[in-house]
Amino acid sequence: MRYQLIGVNHNSAPLEVRERLAIPEKRLPDTCRELASYPGIEEGLVISTCNRVELITHTVNGHADLRGFLQQHFQVKAEELDPHLYEFREKDAVRHVFRVASSLDSMVVGEAQILGQVKEAYATARAVGAVRGQLDQLFTRAFAVAKRVRTETEVGSSSVSIASVAVELAKKIFGSLQGKSVFIVGAGKMSELAARHLMAHGCASIFVANRTYERAIGLAQKFDGQAIKFEDLYNTCDRADIVITSTGAPHAIFRREHGEQFLARRKNRPMFFIDIAVPRDVSPEMAKLDGIFTYDIDDLQQAVSSHVADRRKEAERAEAIIAGEVEKFEARAQTLDVVPTIVSLQDHLETIRQAEIDRIRGRMGQLTPEQEIAVEALTRGIINKVMHTPITTLKTAAKEAEATTVVDVVRRLFNLQVKEKEKTEAAPKKDEVGTRE
Amino acid sequence: MSLIWLRFALGCYLIGLVYAFVALNRTSDLFSRIALHAASLGMVFHFVSLVEAFVHGPAVLASVHNAESLLAFLSMTFFLIIYTIYQTTSPGVVVFPIVFFLTFVAAVDQQPVLLASFVQHKGWLIAHIILIFTGYAALLLSFGASLLYLLQERRLKSKNPTSLIGFLPALEVIDQIGYRSLLLGFPFMTLGLITGSVVAMSAYGHVDFLDPKILLSVLMWVVYMIMVFTRWNSGWRGRRAAFLATCAFVAALAAWAANYFSAIHRFAAS
Repeated sequence: MRYQLIGVNHNSAPLEVRERLAIPEKRLPDTCRELASYPGIEEGLVISTCNRVELITHTVNGHADLRGFLQQHFQVKAEELDPHLYEFREKDAVRHVFRVASSLDSMVVGEAQILGQVKEAYATARAVGAVRGQLDQLFTRAFAVAKRVRTETEVGSSSVSIASVAVELAKKIFGSLQGKSVFIVGAGKMSELAARHLMAHGCASIFVANRTYERAIGLAQKFDGQAIKFEDLYNTCDRADIVITSTGAPHAIFRREHGEQFLARRKNRPMFFIDIAVPRDVSPEMAKLDGIFTYDIDDLQQAVSSHVADRRKEAERAEAIIAGEVEKFEARAQTLDVVPTIVSLQDHLETIRQAEIDRIRGRMGQLTPEQEIAVEALTRGIINKVMHTPITTLKTAAKEAEATTVVDVVRRLFNLQVKEKEKTEAAPKKDEVGTRE
Repeated sequence: MSLIWLRFALGCYLIGLVYAFVALNRTSDLFSRIALHAASLGMVFHFVSLVEAFVHGPAVLASVHNAESLLAFLSMTFFLIIYTIYQTTSPGVVVFPIVFFLTFVAAVDQQPVLLASFVQHKGWLIAHIILIFTGYAALLLSFGASLLYLLQERRLKSKNPTSLIGFLPALEVIDQIGYRSLLLGFPFMTLGLITGSVVAMSAYGHVDFLDPKILLSVLMWVVYMIMVFTRWNSGWRGRRAAFLATCAFVAALAAWAANYFSAIHRFAAS
């Protein structure tokens, strides 16, 4: 559990800082390799997305100088970087990794992209050998937790902007938006954004009508669409499945009789009006027609805010899941942590035993089979008796907070090393642990 | 034996029935998967049951209960076809209760078969039964889809955002399911009626158009045709389509009920 994490995200650092720390994809493997071979670090993984840059490591003693690595690697001065960094250790680091993978730490909570990005980062670091046992365990668990959060809560289920709500509603009406056409009435920023979203989801063609024809042409060109003269609005409107209207007209421009006309010409195929104008462009009378679906700005806003509220509620449930998972992970990691020590202790003593037996053979010459068995039993018996207490102590200590101390003492007493890594002996630097959310 | 298999099938459909009631209120992926598997298993039992009945003697299919069982089976087939195309179990909300009811009636008791005894063209009779019931099943699905269409339309119009998360597929998808079932069912229904008249002609030498069974069957066919026509010509959907579908459904029920009054189309001995 000697996890250590350092990073910046959209909350802690402005874009300029994140930009400086961002690591291009093709340099990621090298960075991981460098990180893993930095003094005091056993394993390392780097996540770099547009909203966050994080180094997640498993260290030799829990006090690796990650700040030093950042300064060295990115050539930034400490005072420029330090105020924006957050650092987590052990349990807190585990929790943070779980939260990131489950998209609770994202700018848009519940967005699905981050999990894919974390998985990629993991694959990259693993490919270069920077992720082995410890981080492997952590991330395998993190992916499982993210999946649990996704299936057991609705944190990622609904969208949170007006444009995406509009797309969602359009999908509820038309199913696939493939090949559907959009009509923009009144060129404005909002309608342009909504249209862009709709096009991104498969809408094929676009018409634009505006009081000033030139602006219609301008906007139509952006989308490769068709500009329509405002006078022709009622004759062409039925060709679109989705109408986004945002004119500054003082009265409704779509009235019941227009709706009836459209439906007759469309053989009653449904139409979706997204009315983001204030005052409204679509009369409530028209909205009553079968086959005409109208959502005005308030309806959309309401959908958005209900989604946001839902997400907040769901995020709380997700946090509870994660808290439970962190506890479980910690408990497991602690039992696992003493196992390598026990194994290397046994190995160590076994090597000594073998060496001594070989030595005695050299001195006493060939032993009879009976003697051989007796020596074998004697030496083994001594070792087992001696080992009994240390091993039980290690196993009980595993469940308590002092585990690392006991493990350290045992390792030092017997001069045990899990890996040959002399440079890791570098004195641990005491540094302030800044936690910022 | 056939009856035992049918009762197994009934047990499986019961899960579907429970799903139908639950699905209206809340969504559960797990439950819809369970319902789907239960329904598929039920269909296997059901199929075995039908085959056994058929092996026993093809004319056995002409008993009133086996006919209901066949209709239930065909409806389930349509349901599964729709599932494979559209990945939605929502038509189950309408299909499961009806299928359960039909299977239940069929599984409780079996009536003797007498109609077939004086029919010479057994092949025509079997064709008539299968065609007309395929038509019925398609009509049933179409009716179900039009109800779901109304439900989804109401949800969209009510603008209550939370109710939109529900299990129903997009409006246009529901519409397509309904329209396609309608189109598919029409030729079956038509051919079924034609084969039926052939059987009647061969048995009685003439067709009595005033017989309630024939009158109502023709009426149902006319309503069906109006439905297809209005949909094709002016794209009627939503409330108007649901109204027509209900008419056709009621007409179909009436035509079925006419078995009990008809002089020529009787299952049981009189």
